[in-house]
Amino acid sequence: MLEIKNLHASINGNEILRGVNLKVSAGEVHAIMGPNGSGKSTLASILAGREVYDVTDGQVLYNGQDLLEMDPEERAREGVFLAFQYPVEIPGVTNSYFLKTALNSIRKHRGLEELDAVDFLKMVRERMKLVEMEESFLNRPVNEGFSGGEKKRNEIFHMAVLEPKLALLDETDSGLDIDALRIVADGVNKLRRKENATVVVTHYQRLLNYIVPDFVHVLVDGRIVRSGGKELALHLEDKGYELMREGSETTARRG
Amino acid sequence: MDQRSHYQEQFNAFERTLNGDAASPVHALRRTAMGHLQQVGFPTSADEEWRFTNVQPISNRSFTPSIQPPASSLTSSEIEKLTVPAQDRFVFINGHYAPWLSSVKVPNNVRAISLAEARSTDRQMIERHLAHSVKGTETGFTALNTAFLFDGLYLHVPSGVEIAEPIVLVYVADRSAAETVIQPRNLIVLEERAAAKVVEFYVSNDGGSYLTNAVTEVVLGKRARLEHDKVQFESLSAFHMAVTHVAQSKESVYRSNNFALGGKLVRNELTSAMNDERCECTLNGLSLGTGEQLIDNHTTIDHAKPNCNSWEVYKAVLAGRARGVFNGKIFVRKDAQKTDAKQTNKTLLLSDEATIDTKPQLEIFADDVKCTHGATVGQLDEQQVFYLRSRGIGADDARDILTFAFADEVVGHVSIEAVRDRLEQIIHLRLDEGRVA
Repeated sequence: MLEIKNLHASINGNEILRGVNLKVSAGEVHAIMGPNGSGKSTLASILAGREVYDVTDGQVLYNGQDLLEMDPEERAREGVFLAFQYPVEIPGVTNSYFLKTALNSIRKHRGLEELDAVDFLKMVRERMKLVEMEESFLNRPVNEGFSGGEKKRNEIFHMAVLEPKLALLDETDSGLDIDALRIVADGVNKLRRKENATVVVTHYQRLLNYIVPDFVHVLVDGRIVRSGGKELALHLEDKGYELMREGSETTARRG
Repeated sequence: MDQRSHYQEQFNAFERTLNGDAASPVHALRRTAMGHLQQVGFPTSADEEWRFTNVQPISNRSFTPSIQPPASSLTSSEIEKLTVPAQDRFVFINGHYAPWLSSVKVPNNVRAISLAEARSTDRQMIERHLAHSVKGTETGFTALNTAFLFDGLYLHVPSGVEIAEPIVLVYVADRSAAETVIQPRNLIVLEERAAAKVVEFYVSNDGGSYLTNAVTEVVLGKRARLEHDKVQFESLSAFHMAVTHVAQSKESVYRSNNFALGGKLVRNELTSAMNDERCECTLNGLSLGTGEQLIDNHTTIDHAKPNCNSWEVYKAVLAGRARGVFNGKIFVRKDAQKTDAKQTNKTLLLSDEATIDTKPQLEIFADDVKCTHGATVGQLDEQQVFYLRSRGIGADDARDILTFAFADEVVGHVSIEAVRDRLEQIIHLRLDEGRVA
């Protein structure tokens, strides 16, 4: 589904990604872990189409298409979804209007009929339950005045409505207490399908107790220095990222 | 050179049509005003208050005062389409009251009639209030309005009477308005504890290039409450000059929601004088400019006495080569301790060529007061745009949604649903045009 080849990217002349390679297939859950500043969030943002980064080398294929050539909205319509690390507040636009517009843009692109207000409401009410959100959130401006936990739940709610093929969760666990973490993780798990893939970007192993990955990749200084199964995350928890940094050269040689 | 002699000639002709009216006190006001116009002329950009707004396109032209009511085939449903459905509606075509398009069902003791009629039936009140609050501040435009003073709304709400239904005023310019100056004159008096909602619509039905030169005077008694909404959606070739003066008594509440959506060259002057204690004054405004429009808002809030509150938020959305001007004066007089005044001006520029000149002007002579002001000028937030796009919403739609939300916040202050709906329609329409322009 997703194939990242030798991706190099920089912002204001600073190289952040220095040759990332990653392959994600349908049905898989991948975790990308790494210390602060390793380039995790940059990778997620580039995949979603944020234009502040310069891709200087490499290629990203999404279902055989050149992802980097697509506009952000085109990517979303083709099934790419980014749950933001810092969800953006949109004063004056209700959650419900925002989602309905988004959903119908996607449906239109896929040749489906647009949902009317009644069908839309029926659907979102059901999806809200996945993340235990109250209906009043529909009529509130997007993320405005939401607590940190509510914002993260709202992201997963958006995901539940838009039903992406490839979900990128950027530090979705940051700022969540244990209850909120469980709710968010449960939501993500319920949305897992064998035809979809999920990439979880996180600093801590904690989230991976709830969203159990098939593969774990360690990103350090803009490169994936080690890949493995879910046990790699536990190993990281014990040893920290410093070890990985030391071991990076051997890994790179081996790779 | 402006057209003083032109208007003097027009005035002489107007006088000859007046017969008995020429001996009335109102006519004395007209003559004084014409004298004033001859003396001061129209403002120029040399005047500090008109620095950013050059009115030469108006003062160089010879508009004909619209003295005769036009023959018009406008229908009630056409009026409704231009404005809103309303139970109490006054329609003025080119400034002249059109009773066949109007309907008024206000309580019996409320006077809601055309000013032309009130000048003979309600002489005492007219003489007491008309042209009083604007005295001493008249520009050439106000003088021109008074000189040809003829029609408009006269509303008098007696003590303790609250009118729930909004009174909708429709000033429509039709085809025969071209090259004329339309000069509505409104007088709104709310006595003690009276309450009302007044909505002014300025719209065009093939009006072309004309000048609206309106003056509205509002007198609020003790504890009176007025919501005063104005929807200016004139022809894009029209000029619109408007002056509103509000005199507030003790504990009165004035709420203004002012929407400048049409017109080629627009100037709104809105002044509220809080002449006694514990008054409230809220001024909300939205300007929407596209193409070559110039929209100028000058507001003045005068805190003359202690314990008065004022809130002001003026927003502008400017596209194309549109220009905006905001000047917000707040005076806090020596007496006006415990004043709470907050002013905000926010402008969204949708193109590189759109500009705004914004000037908060606070003059504070009391020492125990809370006064804040802030002005922001900027473009759409790219993070917000990206957030919308990352959910599948196209770039243009994302920008439209965010722009609309910025503007719609002001609409939210209007308490009348039908007016809000109509405003949202017009804003959508204008934003679409703005994107094309």
